[in-house]
Amino acid sequence: MSEQEPLLRVEDLRVEFPTEDGTVHAVDGVTYQVRPGGTLGIVGESGSGKTVAALTILGLTRTQGAQVSGRILFEGKDLIARSEGELRAVRGNDIAMIFQDPLSSLHPFYKVGFQLVEAVRAHQNVSKATARARAVEMLGLVGIPDPDRRADDYPHQFSGGMRQRAMIAMALVNEPKLLIADEPTTALDVTVQAQILALLERLKRELQMAILIITHDLGVVAEMADDVAVMYAGRVVETAPAQQLFTQPQHPYTWGLLRSIPTLNGPREEQLVPIPGTPPSLIRRPTGCHFYPRCAYAKPEHARVDPQLEPVAGSPEHHVACLLSAAERERTWDEITAKNAALKARSALAAPAESP
Amino acid sequence: MSDGAPSAGASTASQSGSATAGGPTPLVEVRNLVKHFPITHGILLQRQVGAVRAVDGVNLKLMPGEALGIVGETGCGKSTTARLIMRLLEATDGQVLFEGQDITRLGRSEMKPIRREMQMIFQDPYSSLNPRKTVGSIISEPFVIHGIEPDRTKRRKRVQELLELVGMNPEHYNRYPHEFSGGQRQRIGVARALALKPRLLIADEPVSALDVSIQAQVLNLLRDLQREFGLTLVFIAHDLSVVRHMCDRVAVMYLGKVVETSPSDALYEFPRHPYTGALLSAVPVADPSRHGSPRKLLTGDVPSPANPPSACRFHTRCTKAQPLCSTEEPLLADKGSGTLAACHFPLTREELPDLGLTWTR
Repeated sequence: MSEQEPLLRVEDLRVEFPTEDGTVHAVDGVTYQVRPGGTLGIVGESGSGKTVAALTILGLTRTQGAQVSGRILFEGKDLIARSEGELRAVRGNDIAMIFQDPLSSLHPFYKVGFQLVEAVRAHQNVSKATARARAVEMLGLVGIPDPDRRADDYPHQFSGGMRQRAMIAMALVNEPKLLIADEPTTALDVTVQAQILALLERLKRELQMAILIITHDLGVVAEMADDVAVMYAGRVVETAPAQQLFTQPQHPYTWGLLRSIPTLNGPREEQLVPIPGTPPSLIRRPTGCHFYPRCAYAKPEHARVDPQLEPVAGSPEHHVACLLSAAERERTWDEITAKNAALKARSALAAPAESP
Repeated sequence: MSDGAPSAGASTASQSGSATAGGPTPLVEVRNLVKHFPITHGILLQRQVGAVRAVDGVNLKLMPGEALGIVGETGCGKSTTARLIMRLLEATDGQVLFEGQDITRLGRSEMKPIRREMQMIFQDPYSSLNPRKTVGSIISEPFVIHGIEPDRTKRRKRVQELLELVGMNPEHYNRYPHEFSGGQRQRIGVARALALKPRLLIADEPVSALDVSIQAQVLNLLRDLQREFGLTLVFIAHDLSVVRHMCDRVAVMYLGKVVETSPSDALYEFPRHPYTGALLSAVPVADPSRHGSPRKLLTGDVPSPANPPSACRFHTRCTKAQPLCSTEEPLLADKGSGTLAACHFPLTREELPDLGLTWTR
């Protein structure tokens, strides 16, 4: 799989927004790639640049006066160099996007079916009737009951989960090769979230499409992604196949994320370990490693040297940008997991006593 | 309406029967609590054409020092229940007993001393703090309203102690909310809620608006404070892993009713109501090795609370539903190991693997 040409490759992407207070370095040299038919999960806190990077892929930050540099190779061709007109042909056709809030992404004034027909006719030279048939077929495919009738409903007549389904239908109506999903389930209940994730998984298989999913929920990433990129303060700090990221995370920020979420199956008495402090300002960034001020394992020299994304010894697909030595990282992570294992064992011993 | 009333009454009877059998008085007891929001038609002559049955016969008991979690989907009535307990909303029917005293009929002045004992933390730290007031005046407002600590210097000192308690710098007294991040604002909200040393703290989705790394800071703070001061906590959230982490006991709500209450460990280890099972099954787990493990997806959406299904409200989406479920309403009944579930055909241990609930603890 790995020698296969990536569908999308983002290389050293930088996006800067000039503001009155100074330049905001929203995306600061990001590199990641999506394999054909694969799923890349991007995790990070709000303000880590994950959404801005994704919007830039589609050229959606252009109007905001952003200064973009780097390369965005889609099927080997650079999207940054394309004109607005050329990008229009790509948007919604080769690459489609779905957003967090389905209500504000659907036009409240037009019927759902009409909005899908519009998406079809923007890219395909077909009659209204054909486009409508395609729209209804798509609504059916995403699991909207009685799609022919519901196509004539307005967005407000749909429930939250159905709106997100309609959004997905609209994004997929032209069978894109890549779907960018920006927090697609954050606004939804967990039961509906499970439905939508299962739907994306199924459509990905049926349409052989690749997915770039942006989320802050590590559970969603574990469920969906083949590969994961962890972003912090505009940079990718770690990227790895999903399994490896969860079992052998290398970056202290990734450890922080994993340890700050309570789990359904862990010991209940487990103390959450929050990451102290707050993310840095993207205008006046800390020198050296951006995570340095919040890192429990940082050394004074880390405030001066900028870490680069480098492969982890022994696993060529695993990259980390950390100044700690591989041995130090391994030892620290082992200590963390050992402590948890001890807690787990203790609660497992206590468990049989309470069940009848 | 006619079909709901008698069955709701019956469930009270069965509840209070087991409740009054000795033991200490609960801090809060909710009896057959009902809140219907009227749906009206017409502009001048408004006629009531129906009601949204947001809360429809809820019974809960909270012992002093206990942390109770309330979970359920959007619109299940969990926030409305909290607001009814606080009496921020007037109940349509039923009682809220605070230390044995019914507070649902109390007047404004009789209510005031009780309000000191119960405080609330809200979901959105951006809209729950007045942007035009300094942090100091926001946190001292409870003292002013209740006429406690009239001396300004002493009041200031207490506010600064509170800031320190929630892990903030006391020198931030004169700053405004916009100068703080979401997590810090939520801490200010916690400090304000704790100002009068309440007995009961209701936290309505206190961490949903926060980033994961910040979430843990606020959760740890709440848990430490709860233990330190012996607070009774009602913790409302849709995130089941957060609720499990925070609470001793969990109540699961569906369409205005409690369908299961259980000690946290028992609930997560062996859910009895099929709805609880479906909720747990839907939670994504941060472990890729579980990728592709079976899970039971609920189909469709939550029915409208204006026109809820007959008898068991979950029967339209339940995989175990039988004809009985649409004709006879199941009541909350003891299912062993402290679990009460309202179900005719509760889950068995053999069914758990089908739900993907096979974790070893």
